[in-house]
Amino acid sequence: MLSIKNLHAGVEEKEILKGLNLEVKPGEVHAIMGPNGAGKSSLASVLSGRPNYEVTQGSVTLDGKDLLDMSPEDRAREGVFLAFQYPIEIPGVSNINFLKTALNEIRTYKGLEPLSAKEFLALSKEKQKLVEFDAKLVNRSLNEGFSGGEKKRNEIFQLAMLEPKLSILDETDSGLDIDALRIVSRGVNKLRSDKNAFIIITHYQRLLDYIVPDFVHVLSDGKIVKTGDKNLALELEEKGYDWIREEAIH
Amino acid sequence: MIMINQLETPLYESIAAKFEIASLQSSSEALQALRREAFNIFKTLGFPSIRNEEWKYTNILPFLKEDYELDVIPQELTPEEFGKTAALVAHHLEELQQSLKGEQKGAYRLVTVNGKINAELSVLPAPELLRILPFAQAEQEPAFLANFGKIATLKDNALVALNTALYNDGLYIEAPKGSVLDKPLHLVNVLLAGGPVFVQPRHLVVIQPNASVEIIETTISDDAGHALFVNGVTEIAVGENAHFHHYDIQTGRKGMRFVQRVEATQQKHSNYSNYTFTLPGTDLVRNNLVLHLNAPELESHLYGLYLSADRQLVDNHTEVHHKYPHGESNQLYKGVLLDQSKAVFNGKIYVYQDAQKTNAFQQSNNILFSEKASVNAKPQLEIFADDVKCSHGTTIGQINKDALFYLQTRGIGEQRARNMMVNAFAFDVTEKVKIPALRTYLEKLIAAKMDNA
Repeated sequence: MLSIKNLHAGVEEKEILKGLNLEVKPGEVHAIMGPNGAGKSSLASVLSGRPNYEVTQGSVTLDGKDLLDMSPEDRAREGVFLAFQYPIEIPGVSNINFLKTALNEIRTYKGLEPLSAKEFLALSKEKQKLVEFDAKLVNRSLNEGFSGGEKKRNEIFQLAMLEPKLSILDETDSGLDIDALRIVSRGVNKLRSDKNAFIIITHYQRLLDYIVPDFVHVLSDGKIVKTGDKNLALELEEKGYDWIREEAIH
Repeated sequence: MIMINQLETPLYESIAAKFEIASLQSSSEALQALRREAFNIFKTLGFPSIRNEEWKYTNILPFLKEDYELDVIPQELTPEEFGKTAALVAHHLEELQQSLKGEQKGAYRLVTVNGKINAELSVLPAPELLRILPFAQAEQEPAFLANFGKIATLKDNALVALNTALYNDGLYIEAPKGSVLDKPLHLVNVLLAGGPVFVQPRHLVVIQPNASVEIIETTISDDAGHALFVNGVTEIAVGENAHFHHYDIQTGRKGMRFVQRVEATQQKHSNYSNYTFTLPGTDLVRNNLVLHLNAPELESHLYGLYLSADRQLVDNHTEVHHKYPHGESNQLYKGVLLDQSKAVFNGKIYVYQDAQKTNAFQQSNNILFSEKASVNAKPQLEIFADDVKCSHGTTIGQINKDALFYLQTRGIGEQRARNMMVNAFAFDVTEKVKIPALRTYLEKLIAAKMDNA
């Protein structure tokens, strides 16, 4: 599904990703862990098309299509979803109208009819229930005055509504208490299928107790330096990152 | 004298000639004296230049160079003119109706053509609800005598003076005591002219005690393209416990220049709310909105939204005079500037010595969409009472790029995302519009302009 080859990218002349390779197949969940400054969030930014990032080398394709050539909105329409580490508050834009606009733009792109108000409402109710999202929040301004946990849950609700092929969760666990973490994880687990894939960026192993990954990658200095299964995350939790860095050097 | 240069312009010569004619129109000696006084003030001051602090950022002199006719004598429309007017009004209403579907309870309609009431195209409320008269028939009304020329400030105001000296006829609107207008009145000002004209529209609105009225003003003209300079004056008297919601929707076209002074007095427990929306089109817009809070315990709301484009200049000057205790005024002006447009916001709040326990708030926020657009914003507070709450704030910024990106990552196209952001920015003002259909209409106007931006 997603194929990243020798990706070099950075911000303002500063190279952050230095030759990153990653293959993600449908149905898989990949966790990306690593120390601060390794380039985890930069990877999320590059994949979603954040404007100030520049790709200097390498390629990224989604089902064979060149992702790097596309605008952020076209990437989303092709099925890439980024759950933000810090979701943006937009006062005056209602959550529900925003989602309706987004969903219908994606449908139009795919050559599908826009959903009627009634169909949209039914879908929204179904997904709210699935990911346990508070109906009161749906009608408010987008993320305005939401708690940290509510914002993250809204990201998962959007994910559920837009049904992307590839979801990138950028430190979705940061700032969540244990209850919110459980709810968010339950939501993601319900949305997993053999047709979609997830990249979960996290500092901590605890999220991976709830969302069990197929692969765990360690990102260090802009490259994936080690790949393993879920047990690698436990090992990292125990030993920290230094041993991997040393291993990579030797 | 500062008039030297202006005296030599053809416009000044025709102003002097026009005054001779206009001064014969008023029936009473008092009104003739007022015209003379006003004309003398104008002669002394001349058109304001940028040396005048009040006009520092708005130079109207380049807009006066056209070969203006000073008059469109309001006479009976020819069948051809009537047809043209009817078509303009119909087209204008159709645009409005688009947004009125489903939620339309309707509005009364008052159509004026070059200041003259056109009964045929109007749908007027019963006189028990609202009295609408041309000045010629209103000059002996007690409320006319009590208010006309007594609210708008002549001193140091050349353009008010010019209007007062030269106005032809005007519109007198009076809400009788205790009357509650069940639907808004849509006032459609139609301007028809065969060439460049400089006109002086004049309104007097009197809301008697306990009455309540909503008025929506729009101005339309033909697309002939020639210059139209509108120098309007509206005087408003809001009586005790009366409510007046006043909507001014300023669209327009290239070649139109629009300067107006809306000056209001308020009595105890009254509410005057002004909503001024300026959209792209008109070359120059200068709104002077002045409120005199002449009694304690009342409230005033001033909401403004301007979306400017091309080389447009949109200038909003407000003045609120808190003269008595326990008054509340609330100002919120927001601007979105495209292209090479310029905006000015100058908000003055005066809290007089006796006006204790005043609450006066003012906020002005602007977004620049282009590096060539600019804003001059200037809050001015003069407070002579010691127990008051006053605040003001001004921001000038660009669109939030992170928010734009966030919307795009959800599949929303950049243009659409910008529109959503502009609507969101404008929301604080548009949400204040009490008439749902009007609000929808305004949101559509904004979206349509942003789509072409």
